[in-house]
Amino acid sequence: MADALFESLLRLGDNALILGHRVSEWCGHAPVLEEDIALANTALDLLGQTNLWLEYAGEVEGKGRSADDLAFLRDAWDFRNVLLVELPNGDFGQTILRQYLYDQFNLMNLEALKGSTDTRVSEIAEKAAKEAAYHVERSRGTVVGLGDGTEESHRRMQDALNILYPYALELFITDEVDAEMAKAGIIPDPKSLEDTYLAAVGATISEATLELPQAHFGHRGSGRDGRMHTEHLGHILTQMQWLQRAYPGQSW
Amino acid sequence: MYAQMVKSTGTGVKSLDEMEPEERAFQEKVDADIRIEARDWMPEGYRKTLIRQIGQHAHSEIVGQLPEGNWITRAPTLERKMILLAKVQDEAGHGLYLYSAAETLGVTRDEMTEMLLSGKMKYSSIFNYPTLTWADIGAVGWLVDGAAIMNQVPLQRTSYGPYSRAMIRICKEESFHQRQGYDIMMKMAKGSEAQKRMAQDALNRFWYPSLMMFGPSDANSVHSEQSMAWKIKINSNDELRRKFVDQTVPQAEYLGLTVPDDTLAWNEEKGGYDFAEPDWDEFFDVLKGAGPANHDRLEARKTAWDDGAWVRDGLTAHAEKKRTAKVAAE
Repeated sequence: MADALFESLLRLGDNALILGHRVSEWCGHAPVLEEDIALANTALDLLGQTNLWLEYAGEVEGKGRSADDLAFLRDAWDFRNVLLVELPNGDFGQTILRQYLYDQFNLMNLEALKGSTDTRVSEIAEKAAKEAAYHVERSRGTVVGLGDGTEESHRRMQDALNILYPYALELFITDEVDAEMAKAGIIPDPKSLEDTYLAAVGATISEATLELPQAHFGHRGSGRDGRMHTEHLGHILTQMQWLQRAYPGQSW
Repeated sequence: MYAQMVKSTGTGVKSLDEMEPEERAFQEKVDADIRIEARDWMPEGYRKTLIRQIGQHAHSEIVGQLPEGNWITRAPTLERKMILLAKVQDEAGHGLYLYSAAETLGVTRDEMTEMLLSGKMKYSSIFNYPTLTWADIGAVGWLVDGAAIMNQVPLQRTSYGPYSRAMIRICKEESFHQRQGYDIMMKMAKGSEAQKRMAQDALNRFWYPSLMMFGPSDANSVHSEQSMAWKIKINSNDELRRKFVDQTVPQAEYLGLTVPDDTLAWNEEKGGYDFAEPDWDEFFDVLKGAGPANHDRLEARKTAWDDGAWVRDGLTAHAEKKRTAKVAAE
């Protein structure tokens, strides 16, 4: 049980960590000042969630690893995030669509986690769900605005959707870890959220006047079980972990 | 301080007797510390100088995201990363307050942005220096924000109401910024040999550029007199620079770091430090665009603006469609 919980907490924490990293890359480069502020705020919330999930993961593991140890001292094969969050930012449209596809899932998942039989999980979800509700409102509104904006913004959003939508479906590739957590009432099986998620995304995409591509997640193995990642993850870690690796054991 | 060498458009400071009744009434309000508001009459030179000054300050907040943003993805712990993100987010927020204050003077944010990108408006010289190691993030908070606070605290009492109110909000957040910078320096200065070396190196590189933030010495500060009469500049450049040195030297000593100035000495008689002037030729070079990071900073802002055009256009077009649909439905 502890092993499955540890794995599941890494899935939650690593998604937030890697997406937070990607979003933070926008700092100072956004299309408009309000977006600089909103993106920094989103990254900040995601890193706050990372800290809570990974701290708990370290405790569950019981080997004395802190949230920082888990974030800064694991290599790519030990990361449990979905591939969607590793993908490069692309243009702003790709960034905001990726954000929406994640936010929509994150909010539904956190809402379900509020009822977890594990009080620590439900407490973290309680706090994080408030942030996620705001994130989805913003990313959804921006996706709709850009999809139904100019010809160029529409085209760019459709391109982004064609690239990203298959990756969103990885969120529902499940395994025995999910089954064990669902059985214990700790974390819902992602599959149980799939229909509502697809309906919500479908509604947003149609309001944005975009078309959902026919797609499936084509990889064998998933970031969720660590059997698959993109080449991008290694580069993210190279940057993120550099100081900790170059000057091990220091206090910062 | 994020405004340096702001060109004042006044034609020398007039006495009250030389002024027309409108201007005289304006100056009397300023003298009596009554705030000037957007709708009030004001001399054209006052308005133009304020736009330059507030605009320069706003641009500095925006460009200032870049040297710090340079370390967000490499921050050494989750906590440090979050603190840095919060700080940079604050800075973008400061930019927003300041652009809004400037807009009350009849210029749009987009116009000011275009002037920044075309080089007609400046931002503080300090952001043309690179952040090379993690200790630089400490030094930026400690020294750069420290110098900014030194200037911004008196500006809370500036004569123009919207500017004064923006400064009050900004000052509340700046002291947290400076503390987090000093906290990073503490960790580094008390850390391993490599960390100490980084801390000393950061102080070496940021000391003189920080002193330059106050602008040239009073003798060469040609626009100060009118700005001080208008109370959009409260203290002289040298006065603030001295205050900054007096405050910062003991902090450096506490950290066990050496200020890179052989002439630095306590002067009992004046109750302050004697210290070396920065290299003013370097300062003017940096202002003219020849600093180590000028090109990178401006290119980054141009790229953000150009690449973001389709986003701004798209969102504007969507808002317009919604407005039209709403009107049609009514």
